[in-house]
Amino acid sequence: MAHVTTNPTDLPMDRAAARPMSDVSQSTAKSYWRDNLRIMGALMLVWFAVSFGAGILFRETLDTVRIGGAPLGFWFAQQGSIFVFVALIYVYDFLMHRTEQKYQVDDDNE
Amino acid sequence: MDTNLFWTWVFVGLSFTLYIGIAIWSRASTTEEFYVAGHHVPPLANGMATAADWMSAASFLSMAGLIAFGGYDGSVYLMGWTGGYVLLALLLAPYLRKFGKFTVPDFVGDRYYSDAARLVAVVCAIFVSFTYIAGQMRGVGIVFSRFLEIPIDYGVVVGMVIVFAYAVLGGMRGITYTQVAQYVILIFAYLTPAIFVSMLITGNPVPQLGFISNVQGEPIAMLDKLNGVLTDLGFKEYTSGSKAMFDIFCITMALMVGTAGLPHVIIRFFTVPKVSDARKSAGWALIFIAILYTTAPAVAAFARLNFAESVSESVYAPTAEQTAAGVKATPDWVKTWEKNTGLIKVEDKNADGIVTYHADPARNEITPDKDIMVLANPEIAGLPGWVVGLVAAGALAAALSTAAGLLLVISSAVSHDLLKRTLWKNMSDKTELTVARAAAGGAVIIAGYFGINPPDYVAAVVAFAFSLAAASFFPTIFMGIFWKRMNKEGAISGMVTGLVFTLLYIVYFKFGLPGLGKGVESQWLFGVSPEGIGTIGMALNFAIAAAVSAVTRAPPAEVQNMVDEIRIPSTRRHVADALPAAE
Repeated sequence: MAHVTTNPTDLPMDRAAARPMSDVSQSTAKSYWRDNLRIMGALMLVWFAVSFGAGILFRETLDTVRIGGAPLGFWFAQQGSIFVFVALIYVYDFLMHRTEQKYQVDDDNE
Repeated sequence: MDTNLFWTWVFVGLSFTLYIGIAIWSRASTTEEFYVAGHHVPPLANGMATAADWMSAASFLSMAGLIAFGGYDGSVYLMGWTGGYVLLALLLAPYLRKFGKFTVPDFVGDRYYSDAARLVAVVCAIFVSFTYIAGQMRGVGIVFSRFLEIPIDYGVVVGMVIVFAYAVLGGMRGITYTQVAQYVILIFAYLTPAIFVSMLITGNPVPQLGFISNVQGEPIAMLDKLNGVLTDLGFKEYTSGSKAMFDIFCITMALMVGTAGLPHVIIRFFTVPKVSDARKSAGWALIFIAILYTTAPAVAAFARLNFAESVSESVYAPTAEQTAAGVKATPDWVKTWEKNTGLIKVEDKNADGIVTYHADPARNEITPDKDIMVLANPEIAGLPGWVVGLVAAGALAAALSTAAGLLLVISSAVSHDLLKRTLWKNMSDKTELTVARAAAGGAVIIAGYFGINPPDYVAAVVAFAFSLAAASFFPTIFMGIFWKRMNKEGAISGMVTGLVFTLLYIVYFKFGLPGLGKGVESQWLFGVSPEGIGTIGMALNFAIAAAVSAVTRAPPAEVQNMVDEIRIPSTRRHVADALPAAE
């Protein structure tokens, strides 16, 4: 069993040890992480804005506008936020994959 | 046997045969297969399995009804139970997959280099999962009794046998592929009546579009008409709601964060082959969930409109002359469900033979159970008997798939986290597999017992599972990934504070505390209901953990290296020597 260990400090990255690969340098890891946090932060802002913002905090203002036959704030709370959530995960996957390739830390061939 | 009953037996029988078939085909032979399906599940299949795992009897049967009778207030479930997947995909799933082990307590114990932290996590995982699973087994029993006319207790036993077969034999592999089948059945069962009802009311076959369309043949938007009908009957506007804004905010947040912290959801992301697959699979999961979750509010609004219009001021037992004169009669489905299930109650208070539907309880003469909105949908739309059978099979699929996912969490918490990682470290893989199966079997029996003898507090503790997960697991895991300096002392004190605070608050307001009695609404902290208190518990956990961690020793270098490793998707080795002691 490759992944069962009893030592808590024994890292489960043992698959990598099986094949020779170049290391990830400290500075690469740092830059990659900074880019990741930036992407994540921006997307979390959108997440907050469509649900807590449009669906709750600013609902009454948005309700004065209509989308089809529904008040906009109400629509965001019951439909719109969910559509945006789905889109957010795919945008995240796309941006992260691009960032990983840029720093060559992707898992494409693993 | 009538046609509804015949078709119900056919659909339930076929779907159960399929589940057993999958169980036999997918037996697990190692602990890796049993706990995480050998990390071999493709992202699409895992997304589908996650959706079925996630959507329980409550999502399938009760949610549309909750929204129908809550209007805007029901939005907390819609946003709360989908927005959590964004948190999972962006903040937790990829990193936990890279960590690469089997369970949530695995991560907590390893990241915080502490068996105490591991044990706190084990207790949380077991408590949260049992709270949830008792409701599922009960749901199975109720569906059996309503649709198949057999006693609830027998229904629970049949459900136990089925879950036992595929969860105990197949472990995660069996559960995963059964859940894929269950998703297909439940979504088909949910959409079929929804599409017909949408056509009936708005003329648009897509419920999400019908939701924002005009009523068929009338120049008025469906939601406007609903608002008008409800305000005429003394209710609040459907699109306005009555809860305080801050409470809505806190409940939504607690449900979102709780979703992201539920162990049976998190472990689904351990089953995919690699990090990028964890992200993709979260995307698939949310698509499959969104199909139901964007349909539910439409079903809710259609059902409420149809219900209010068809029962209000209707003649319960019209005479032949009244019928001939075209008087509005109470629909037949109301009488059938009243007689067969008691899920709808009609009481002619003023003895005028006419059903009054009104917000004022003193005048109101018809009381529907919230579950009726989904259950009676096929009849409301005048659909044939096979659709009723399909809905029964769908409800069972939703309950069984969730129960199985929870069973696996309980089983692995006992066999892996408690025994293998803590008390019996040199246990062989083969023994661990046997113990895991025995633990799953034991959990099925306990869950079945609670399904047959439900403690009265089952309904009241649903808020527990989410609030506890929000106040315990989420902050601990999140900080374990995003703050390298977070140490054992901070994590344990944060988890315990969040947990104890949330638990006491819920118990005080739901059941009362010894010496203090039972709390009332005017005492709510910042006006936050027990359902939303997980948000405050989470904030406390973050604050205490950060403060305690800042004044105690930094975690050991190898733990900090581990955090560096899980932050990178590739399995390439890090240069680990030049790391600073802390961030």
